[in-house]
Amino acid sequence: MDARRGPLAVPKVRRVGFFTSIEPSPDSPRPNRSLSGPAEAITTSSSPLSDSPSGQFISPVQIPPLRHRSDNLAAASRAAAPVPVPVPGPSAFRRQLASDRALHVGSYNPVDSLLGTSPPSSNGEVSEDSGSLFGFQRSDSAKLSASFPNGGFDMTMRVRAPQESEAKVVIASTSDGRKKNVEPSGTSEPVAATKPRKEKEQKSLKEKTSKAERRAIQEAQRAAKAAAKGEGSKRAGESSRAKPSKTAKQTQPKKDVPQVTSSLSEKRTVSVEKERRMDVPQAQMQYDDKSRVDKAKRRSVVEQTESKNKVELFLHLPQYERGNQLPNLSSNIFTLDTIHHAVYKVGLQHLAGDLSGDNSRCIAMLHAFQEAINDYTTPPMKDLTMDLTGKINGYVSFLIECRPLSMSMGNAIRFLKNQIRKLPVDLSEPEAKASLCSEIGRFIDEKIILADKVIVQHAVTKIRDGEVLLTYGFSCVVEMILLYAHEIGRKFRVVVVDSRPNLEGQKLLRRLVARGLDCTYTHINAVSYIMGEVTRVFLGASSIFSNGTLYSKVGTACVAMVANAFSVPVIVCCEAYKFHERVLLDSICSNELGDPDAIANVPLRTNTKHAKTMDNNKNLQFLNLMYDSTPAEYISMIVTDYGMIPPTSIPVIVREYRREDLLL
Amino acid sequence: MPDVQSMVLEFVNKLRKRKIEGSQATARCTVELLRSVISHHRVPHHANQASALIDAVKAVGAQLVAANPVELAVGNVVRRVLHIIREEDLSLATAAVAGLDLLDASDDDEDVNGKGIGYPAMSAAVVAAAARSTLRPPSLQTLLEGTPESATVPYTSSSGADSESKTADKSSITRKLKHDVIEGVNQLIHEIAGCHEQIAEQAIEHIHQNEVILTLGSSRTVLEFLCAAKEKKRSFRVFVAEGAPRYQGHLLAKDLVARGLQTTVITDSAVFAMISRVNMVIIGAHAVMANGGVIGPVGVNMAALAAKKHAVPFVVLAGSHKLCPLYPHNPEVLLNELRSPSELLDFGEFSDCLDFGSGSGSPLLQVVNPTFDYVPPSLVSLFITDTGGHIPSYMYRLIADYYSADDLVM
Repeated sequence: MDARRGPLAVPKVRRVGFFTSIEPSPDSPRPNRSLSGPAEAITTSSSPLSDSPSGQFISPVQIPPLRHRSDNLAAASRAAAPVPVPVPGPSAFRRQLASDRALHVGSYNPVDSLLGTSPPSSNGEVSEDSGSLFGFQRSDSAKLSASFPNGGFDMTMRVRAPQESEAKVVIASTSDGRKKNVEPSGTSEPVAATKPRKEKEQKSLKEKTSKAERRAIQEAQRAAKAAAKGEGSKRAGESSRAKPSKTAKQTQPKKDVPQVTSSLSEKRTVSVEKERRMDVPQAQMQYDDKSRVDKAKRRSVVEQTESKNKVELFLHLPQYERGNQLPNLSSNIFTLDTIHHAVYKVGLQHLAGDLSGDNSRCIAMLHAFQEAINDYTTPPMKDLTMDLTGKINGYVSFLIECRPLSMSMGNAIRFLKNQIRKLPVDLSEPEAKASLCSEIGRFIDEKIILADKVIVQHAVTKIRDGEVLLTYGFSCVVEMILLYAHEIGRKFRVVVVDSRPNLEGQKLLRRLVARGLDCTYTHINAVSYIMGEVTRVFLGASSIFSNGTLYSKVGTACVAMVANAFSVPVIVCCEAYKFHERVLLDSICSNELGDPDAIANVPLRTNTKHAKTMDNNKNLQFLNLMYDSTPAEYISMIVTDYGMIPPTSIPVIVREYRREDLLL
Repeated sequence: MPDVQSMVLEFVNKLRKRKIEGSQATARCTVELLRSVISHHRVPHHANQASALIDAVKAVGAQLVAANPVELAVGNVVRRVLHIIREEDLSLATAAVAGLDLLDASDDDEDVNGKGIGYPAMSAAVVAAAARSTLRPPSLQTLLEGTPESATVPYTSSSGADSESKTADKSSITRKLKHDVIEGVNQLIHEIAGCHEQIAEQAIEHIHQNEVILTLGSSRTVLEFLCAAKEKKRSFRVFVAEGAPRYQGHLLAKDLVARGLQTTVITDSAVFAMISRVNMVIIGAHAVMANGGVIGPVGVNMAALAAKKHAVPFVVLAGSHKLCPLYPHNPEVLLNELRSPSELLDFGEFSDCLDFGSGSGSPLLQVVNPTFDYVPPSLVSLFITDTGGHIPSYMYRLIADYYSADDLVM
C-alpha cells in the first residue's frame, strides 16, 4: 500500500515549466522527480515536503515528516472521536507559516493581494495554492485528505492542531501501524465494492452490522427516490452520468458519521480512485442515437424543434431551430419551480447568447448554483447530499438544453458534485450550504480569477518592446495580458484577428483602443497577409485536452497553423481548470453548432434577398461551427497558472493535479 | 482614332474605379478594346506594319496596366495580343519569303543578274532574324551564321526590286497582317470565353462519387467545373467558405444550389476544422504566376496550408488568360490590393480611432482588408487549365508558349 502511495505522495508545490517569479527556489522542481520513484519517497519521507515552501526554513529533511507521523498517529488514535467541524488551528503556528508563505510567493503581487482577503486559514503551509486548503477545512477535511494522503495529513494536522501540539513530539511510528489503526474505522466506506479483499478481512463485526444497516437504509432511500421520481420531473432530468455517484451517496447513512469523519483510510483513496473513474465524463450524448434523444426530449424543459435542414456530417450534435424557445421559456419563469430562478436566468442568457466566453459562462453558472444552494432546503426524509446532487443534475441538464456546456463548465460541475459528495454527513444543513457556497466562491476566486492573474504575470514576460502581437477573437485573459503589458509600459502593437459571425474581436478591439493600445484589425482570411509582421501569437482557450489538443473558438487552429507556417511562436493562455483528460483528434467528433442563420444573414445589400429565398432549399445548409481543435504541434507554449509549459505536459498536469482538483 | 482613344480612357477609368472585376471579364474587355485599337490603327506608309502595331498596342497596354496593376489579366492579354502580332508578322514574312523564293525561282530563267543571287541569301537572313525575334528555338545554322538583327531588313532592302509591284505587294501585306492579327485576336476572345467549358470538360476525370469538395471565393470556372461533374451524374457535396468580408462564397453557394448541388456554407474560420473531411480543395485563381504560385481570393493561403497539412489535393482552375509571365516578389504585399475598412468595421463606432485627419500622429487603429492571397507553388497540387492538367513547376514552360520574351517587360 505504501509503495503504491509513494507516487501519490504529491507535494503540493509543483512548479511546472518555466517560472518567472523571483523566488529563490531553484531546487523546487527537482524533488518532483522523486515522484516517479516511490521507494525514495518512502525512505526519505522528507521528499514530499522538501519542496514545499516550509521546507525552506524548516529543515527540509527532518521535521516535516515527523509532523506527519505524529499527526497520523494522533489522528489514528483519535479515530473514534468525531471531529466533524473544522477547528481553527493555533494562530501562532499558522501565522508563522503564513509569513513563510508570503515570503515565498511574493512575486505574484495580485495573487497576494487576493490572498490577503482570504481567511487566515489560507496559510499555504503545503502549497502556494493555499486557497485550496482553507476549503478543505470547511468541509470534511479528513475525508478529503484521505484520497490524497500527503496533503491529507497536513490537513488533518491543521484541523486538529490544538490537540496535537504535544503530539508533535512523538516520533515515527511506521505508517503500517497507522494504517492498521485506521482501517477498522474506515469500514464505513460507502462503496463496499471498492474495498480490496484483504481489507475486508480486517473488518470487525461491528462493521458488518453497520453494513446491514446500510443496506436497509439504502433500500428505504431507493423507495423514496422512486416516489420522488414519480411525482417530480426535475429528478428525472439527471443525466445518467451522475447516477453511480448518487448511489454511492445513498449508501452513506447518518449513523456512520463519526466513523466516516474520523477515518483516514486508504480505502478512501481507492474509492476516490473509483469515483474518479466514474467521474470521467461519459462520452457526450450522440444526437444521432434516436432512442436516447427521445428519452432526453421527454424530460427536457426547453422545447427544441430540430432544424429541418441538418448538416449530415454533424448529425451527432444537436441541431435545433433557434429563436423560438426564448419567449416561451421566459414566460414560464414564474411557473416553473423545478429550476431555481437564478439557474433559469443563466440558462436563458445562454439561450439568448448574452453570455459568451468560457470564464464568464462558468462564473455565471457557479454563481447561480451558489444562489440555488442558498435557497435550498432539504425535503423531509431526504439526504442533503443525495437530494442536492439530484437538484444540481437537474439544473445541469437544463443548462445543457439551453446550450451545450463548455469543457470548463463540465469541470466546474464535477468539482461541485465532488464537494457535495464529500460533505461531512453530520454537518447541519445551513453549515453544509455555507460550506458549499464558500467552496464555490473559492473555486471562482482561485481557479479563475487568481489563475488569470498568475497567467498574466507569466505571459507578460514574453512581451518585449517593439513586438507585434496577434490575437484571435476575444479571450479575457489575453485582454488582461495586453492591458497589463501596456500598463507597465511595454511598447507593442496588437493585431486583432476576427471572424464571422460573432465578431468578438471587435469587443476586444474597442477595449484595447479605449485604453490607448495601437491596434490593427482584420478578418481571419487576411491572417496570412498580416502574419508576416507578427512576432508572437497569443491565443485563448476553451479547453486543452490531454493529448495537447487545444479546443478553442473556431478559427484558432487556422491562426495557429498560419503562425506555424510563418514560424511565429504561438502562446496559448489557459487556466488549468479548463484542462480536460479527454483526448480529441479532430473538430468533428466533439463540437457545438451555432445558429446557422447567423451565417446566412450577410451584411450585404445584394444578398439579403437570396438568403431568404434560399432558406428552404434542401440542398443548401449553413454550418456554424463553434469550436475547433488545434493540434499540439502548432502550439509553442501554454501559459497556465502552474507556469509555462509545453503542450506535452498537459497530461502530466491533468493527471497530477486532477487528483488534487477532485479534493478541492 | 479619337473614338478609340475615348474608349481606352473609358476602360482605364473603369479599371481604376474597379468597376470591372474578375479576371475573365477584364480579359475579355481588354481583348475587345485591343481589337478595336488594332482595327482602327492607320499605319503610315513608310513605317513597318508590325512594329507600328506593336507600338500602338504597347502604348494602350501600358495605360491599361497602369490603371490597375493588380489585375494581372490585363497585362497577360496585352502580351498575348503582342504575341499574336509577332506571330502573324513572322508567318507573313516566311510566307513572303517563300513567295519571293518562288518568284525568284521563276525569275531565274528570265533574267540572270545579281538579284537572283541576292534573294536566297536574303531570305535565309529574314527567316533567321524572325525566328530569333519570336522565341522560336534557333536552329544551329542560324546560330552559326550570325545574320543581321532586324527583322525589317527584307522589306526595306527589297525596295531595290521592281518598285510598282513592290508597293502593291506591300499594301496587300499590310492589309493581310492586320486581318490576320484581328483573326488571331478573335480567336483569343473565343478562347477566353470558352475556357470554362474547356476546363469543365476535365471535371469528370477529377471528381468521383461521394466526394466532398471545399472551395472558396466566387469563381465561374469553379462553378462550371462542379456543375459539369454534376451533369455527369456524379453526386458529391460541396463546402463553400463564405469569404468574409466580401461574401463571394454566398454567391457561389447560391449558384451551386440553383444547379442542384448539395452545398454547405461554412465560415472561413471553420476551414481548418472541416478540411479533414474534405477530399479535394478546388479554387479558381485570380492569376497564376510563372513560378507556379497562385494569387487567389483572400483566405486561400490558409486553405492551402490546411490542405497540405491534411494531404488533401489542392487544385487550381485557371484559364490560360490568367497565366502571368512574371515571377513574383513578395506577392502578398506587392500584388495585393487593400479594400475599404468599412467592409470590416462600422465607421460609426470606431470613427474616433480611425481619424487620420486630426493630425494627432498616426491613428490608433488600422484596418487591413486585403483582396488577394498568395499561395506558394509548394502548396499547389495541380493546375487545371484549358490545355489540361499541369504541375506548378511546369507553368513557366506553358507561359513560354503564350508569350514572346520581348514583351515580358512592358
